[in-house]
Amino acid sequence: MIAQLITSFIATAGFAILFNSPRRALVQCGLVGMLGWITYVMLLEHVNNIVATLLATLLIGVISQFFAKLYKMPVIIFSVAGIIPLVPGGLAYDSMRRFAQNDYNTAIHLGVQALLLSGAIALGLVLSEVLNQTLRNKNNN
Amino acid sequence: METPIEQPIQKVVEVCLLAGKIMLESGAETYRVEDTMTRIATAFGLPESHSFVMPTGIIFQPDGGDSAKLNRIMERTTNLRKVDAVNAISRQLCNGELSIIDAVKSLHKIDKEGSDYSIRLQITAASIASACFAIMFKGSWQDFIPAMISGGLGYLFFIYFHRLVKVKFFAELIASFCIGIVSFILTSVGLGQSVDIIIIGSVMPLVPGLLITNAVRDLMAGHLVSGVSRGVEAFLTAFAIGAGVAIVFIIL
Repeated sequence: MIAQLITSFIATAGFAILFNSPRRALVQCGLVGMLGWITYVMLLEHVNNIVATLLATLLIGVISQFFAKLYKMPVIIFSVAGIIPLVPGGLAYDSMRRFAQNDYNTAIHLGVQALLLSGAIALGLVLSEVLNQTLRNKNNN
Repeated sequence: METPIEQPIQKVVEVCLLAGKIMLESGAETYRVEDTMTRIATAFGLPESHSFVMPTGIIFQPDGGDSAKLNRIMERTTNLRKVDAVNAISRQLCNGELSIIDAVKSLHKIDKEGSDYSIRLQITAASIASACFAIMFKGSWQDFIPAMISGGLGYLFFIYFHRLVKVKFFAELIASFCIGIVSFILTSVGLGQSVDIIIIGSVMPLVPGLLITNAVRDLMAGHLVSGVSRGVEAFLTAFAIGAGVAIVFIIL
């Protein structure tokens, strides 16, 4: 578990460098990614991977909104790096590899799963935004 | 809020389009680009402007009878610092803290900037991230070093070939082909246990994760054209990576 914590932090911060995030945001990006990944791994023991992805992304979205407000930067800086470990890139690649190897059944299976997972991520991000807006409207009134 | 002094419409349009272009090229979401452009235009007395943003181009129509302007977007990367910088400029413009002439100057400067991090640092980051991903995807520690080597080499090849031939698809194909070859060699030499885990970790820096998610998000927000075109772009990238590795599996 500790290995998962450390590796997910480093991996997310590394991606933040590849995405050319501002230097002052690197640690926060790593933190967001780490929290999201750990939530996902822990949830995986109780629910299936789509629900786990959805909930982990929701958490990432909420933390990113909070950081965005705190550091006055766009939300996308934190959320993009944070969701990277959850993104089904590996699945998308695996599915394409099966297609290229004529293993269509597995390919379709993996491809649909990748699609559903990215849907869950997008839904999680949108939900966190809606949540944030509702809270903000409530505070303004 | 005090409205900044009236500016010639061409100047406002120029700022809006430039800001939109930089943001879109740097990987900002479609709605953010449209929102920023509308905000700037409103701040300079053009509340009825319309923008139509797609991953491959921006059309912007200022208020009234002025003709619309089009900006073609050829290349898209992810450069979050630029998104942040343009965001800050648009905020200053809307608060009236920045003159439009200064804004054009600093936007042109941002447009020309490259990455903040040196190529060496980027490749190091890619290789370390690849190794960490191998561990995260339930690999053993024996896979750590091989994933680091093949991930770093893969990213290096990607950057090099992307400069050589401007076609992204081809660069991704070659890079993932190299990743496949290197992973196979390393495991057959006895470094590393599972080829699959090493390859999946190593291709992570190339994988279109952001594109896939942005595509679904655009679709949900009703930006159908953007969503579909981003989705196709993501599919092409995934196909290039999958095909590159698959060639290795077939020939070996």
